[in-house]
Amino acid sequence: MAITHHADDSTLMSYAAGTLPEALSAVVAAHVAMCTDCRRELATLDELGAILLADLPGQATVMPLPRQPAVEPAPCSAIVRKPSAAAGTIPAPLTRLVGKDLDAIAWKRLGLGVWHLPLPLSANATGDLRLIKVAPGQIMPDHGHGGAELALILAGSYTDSIGHFGHGDLADLDDAVEHQPIADREAGCICLIASEHPARFKGLFARLVQPFVGL
Amino acid sequence: MADLLQQVAVHRDVDAFRQLFQQYAPRVKSYMMRQGADPNTAEELAQETLLTVWRKAALYSGEKGSATTWIFTIARNLRIDRLRKEVPWQELPEGHNETPSSDTLPDEVVSEAERRARVQTALASLPQDQHEVVSLSYIDGLSHSEIAERLNLPLGTVKSRMRLAYQKIRDAVEDLK
Repeated sequence: MAITHHADDSTLMSYAAGTLPEALSAVVAAHVAMCTDCRRELATLDELGAILLADLPGQATVMPLPRQPAVEPAPCSAIVRKPSAAAGTIPAPLTRLVGKDLDAIAWKRLGLGVWHLPLPLSANATGDLRLIKVAPGQIMPDHGHGGAELALILAGSYTDSIGHFGHGDLADLDDAVEHQPIADREAGCICLIASEHPARFKGLFARLVQPFVGL
Repeated sequence: MADLLQQVAVHRDVDAFRQLFQQYAPRVKSYMMRQGADPNTAEELAQETLLTVWRKAALYSGEKGSATTWIFTIARNLRIDRLRKEVPWQELPEGHNETPSSDTLPDEVVSEAERRARVQTALASLPQDQHEVVSLSYIDGLSHSEIAERLNLPLGTVKSRMRLAYQKIRDAVEDLK
């Protein structure tokens, strides 16, 4: 099915500028690997960065003499990733963290009908990144979002007041959004979710563990 | 510039590399300083950006974007890695493989130059307040909330200025794809 929900324009622009927090960037990278439209958009946004760079006044620099390398050494920091070819599998940027097979993930039970797998970020990053799996027909507690949050559907789907989110769709959620997602009645839902303020997730997860307390 | 890259890629031509270096390294250094690097670190990162170009020129594919765009993405990812000490999830353009329309290659080259010119014009004609948020994001490396703080604006205003700027740039190139 075609991807119909994408990152907000301001989110995608920050991603291209390299200023989106790491956890959110991971979700955008995974979406972009699944979405031809967004790759095309990014080509324009990278070009915008190039024009801004070229417009900067220069600072004096000294050229080091380049060595003639026998073989191309491993990339230093500039990570090269190919977009994933197949749909229905884990997008290429994520395989470094979770492997290639959604079925092989060692889920941890979080509450009634909900499992998760927290994913590591660099020591410097402040957000939260994790996979979450919701059982068929499960209704998530009604919740808001503190700061930016992104959710990418990797399998199944969910529906909320905003719409229906299927494979490859990205939900770009911020403070203004209150929702109560319901997982697909047959397939359930597996999402990659990121928050720039991890404390908000903890509140939601606490309610999953004890759904009748503190509502 | 793409020709210089070609010289570097195929012939390991040091003179071509010197021209690329003189064109781009001073700007990359400027970029790194705006992103908060001290002059020495900025110099190192500018050198490293261009040395990455030297090493990886063979991977560069001219149809996938301008040489400047490729250099920008290398510099951006290096900045995320070294200055922010985070993982750069952003792709470099050579990772793009989709929809190779090989039968229209000359057109594509023309459209690439045209695209760049249009983005440039659209950027130059942005209202000052929209240009400002774009520049603070790309060049000063500020997040949405940092821009809001710097300009003393609500977060929503920063985002909507960015969206408006982006929409104008998108409109400018839309018929080229």
